[in-house]
Amino acid sequence: MPRDNSGFRELRLDAISRRFGGAVALDRLSLAIARGEFIALLGPSGCGKSTALNCIAGLLALTGGAIWLDERRIDGLPPEERGFGMIFQNYALFPHMSVRRNIGFGLAMRGVGREEIRRRVDAALALIRLAEHADKLPGQLSGGQQQRVAIARAIVIEPPVILMDEPLSNLDAKLRIEMRSEIKRIHQELGRATVYVTHDQEEALSLADRIVVLKDGVTQQIGAPEELYARPANLDVALFMGYRNAIAARIEGVEGGQAVISIGQIRLRGTAAGHPGGGDATAAIRPEDFVLGPGPNAVRGRAETVEYCGRDYLVEFLTQDGHRLYARTETRVRPGDFVEWHVPPDRVLVYPSGK
Amino acid sequence: MAARELREAGLDRTVLLTVPGVLLVLLLFIYPFAYGLFLSFAPKTGGIWANYARFFGDERLYGTIAKTFWIALPATLLNLALALPMAYQLRRATRLQRAVTTALVVPITLGTVLVAEGMLNYLGPQGWLNRLLIDLHLVAAPVRLIHNYWGVLLSLVVTGFPFAFLLTLSYVTGIDPVLAQAAATLGAGRGRQFLHIYLPLLAPGLAITFCLSFVQAFSVFPSAILLGAPAGPTRVISIAAYQAAFEDYDYSMASAIAMLMGLAQLIVVVAVLGLRGVFYRGPAAGAKG
Ligand SMILES: Nc1ncnc2c1ncn2[C@@H]1O[C@H](COP(=O)(O)OP(=O)(O)OP(=O)(O)O)[C@@H](O)[C@H]1O
Ligand SMILES: [Mg+2]
Repeated sequence: MPRDNSGFRELRLDAISRRFGGAVALDRLSLAIARGEFIALLGPSGCGKSTALNCIAGLLALTGGAIWLDERRIDGLPPEERGFGMIFQNYALFPHMSVRRNIGFGLAMRGVGREEIRRRVDAALALIRLAEHADKLPGQLSGGQQQRVAIARAIVIEPPVILMDEPLSNLDAKLRIEMRSEIKRIHQELGRATVYVTHDQEEALSLADRIVVLKDGVTQQIGAPEELYARPANLDVALFMGYRNAIAARIEGVEGGQAVISIGQIRLRGTAAGHPGGGDATAAIRPEDFVLGPGPNAVRGRAETVEYCGRDYLVEFLTQDGHRLYARTETRVRPGDFVEWHVPPDRVLVYPSGK
Repeated sequence: MAARELREAGLDRTVLLTVPGVLLVLLLFIYPFAYGLFLSFAPKTGGIWANYARFFGDERLYGTIAKTFWIALPATLLNLALALPMAYQLRRATRLQRAVTTALVVPITLGTVLVAEGMLNYLGPQGWLNRLLIDLHLVAAPVRLIHNYWGVLLSLVVTGFPFAFLLTLSYVTGIDPVLAQAAATLGAGRGRQFLHIYLPLLAPGLAITFCLSFVQAFSVFPSAILLGAPAGPTRVISIAAYQAAFEDYDYSMASAIAMLMGLAQLIVVVAVLGLRGVFYRGPAAGAKG
């Protein structure tokens, strides 16, 4: 039986690593998670997000590093003694138990009385809006319903730390937004720590207090959503944060704290991330940072395709010397139109090539 | 229309694929069975029930049923009791699992007669087991392990355990280990993971394993003669049938005994499989495909 850890102050990951054979799935992740904090682990498929979560839960042994809950080292403890709630990527619902028994399982394991289990499971069922499905088996539920049962099962035990492995990946857009705020609300109500794995940057930005970006098991950046959004530490993070235009450029010089770059015949002022010097670089620009119309820092081209996105249009255009760029605008643009854009220098991030 | 309804009921042209199998079953099983059933009601002397009346009137005949149960049930339970924990321990695909699996296929391929003969040597008064026990001063005189009940029971374990183990292992490995992990994060230790997750999901498979093991043990014959006391405590029902057929040349009586033997097995199998309905019987995975 897990001991009551709910009063903890901090969960500290100290350079935790996990390798499978020769391959490193998670490389020295260090992070101190305060009680009440919401952490998102963000990264592309196969970057080690689930591995990190399994290590924290105790389902995978570390091959390096340590995990501390305040002054207590817990990385040697089996999962049942850590008592962290976990929502599995593939739900892992017990197929032979009804929805009600699935949700009540953790409480039963903690020796909670029958009446109390009933009460708390009912509350959880209401929360996930599945009260009328309480007596079904998981196999009789849709994917999204199963996912909600998995969420309820993990949170009903009110664990000190909740680990969620892409808990919303199977829900439709509407339910996704609803459950997202539900998760946020539950997190704030319980006041415990949440580690939330996702590959959806929007989800990470909207939920997290801090985001950890992983790539190939290596931590790329840790920071507040605003920080990551405005100042990605490197090109990989930038690409993940929606900087869809990554253009090969040359740094021509530095003027007044801004880098002057050339992309073919185009000259732009940008903000150097890292050491501005001469030489090759990559310019990263988000489509929504382009402004339609003439102005300083201009880019011209011919619209190729135009996608209607509801609020605005996503325009794919070709510059004179053949660079393919993406920009967003609320103005209707037709394919073939000649378009002129400008972009504020602080929205052009310049990453020097090579380190 | 009609074709679609048939298809939804599981009937379409692929049903034809079952025809050869059905014919084979009819030819090889149903016909001899019907023939035997008919024969058992045509005794050498007396009315149609004469064989059955004789069977239940003679202690040397009806007593074989209890004796067979008394060997087959403990052997089956023992095999399952040994197979389950071992299969559970070896549920992860390790080199050890592969080695054990390979090693246990061997006794299955050897067949019961060969195993019985081998055991005669190993377990006899001069066999290495007794010599070892005596050398270790664990016993003073050789332990009698053959030509009695224990010899037959042991041989049924040796031949039946590998089968029970391999079957159980295939059921155990069919259960997604993530389920036990989920139980662990919810506070279930190893014992409760087994009790609440593995055991209920294994129950239907264990019922099948029990039935197959039991039927195998119930029809014990070579080892009951070679290793047992075929005149006494291990005079199992198949020996009675054999004697009726090949010593008394009363095929009709032998058929009647065979029918009763089948009936006894059927009752156990139906009872156990009936119990299976109590348990969950679906895919043992944590998510939809
Ligand atoms: N049991 C294992 N044995 C060997 N390699 C593994 C094992 N589990 C994971 N890996 C490898 O570790 C790396 C990280 O896997 P992980 O499951 O953590 O990715 P992820 O970030 O969760 O991806 P996704 O978003 O697709 O779920 C992958 O390259 C994967 O192949
Ligand atoms: Mg994953």
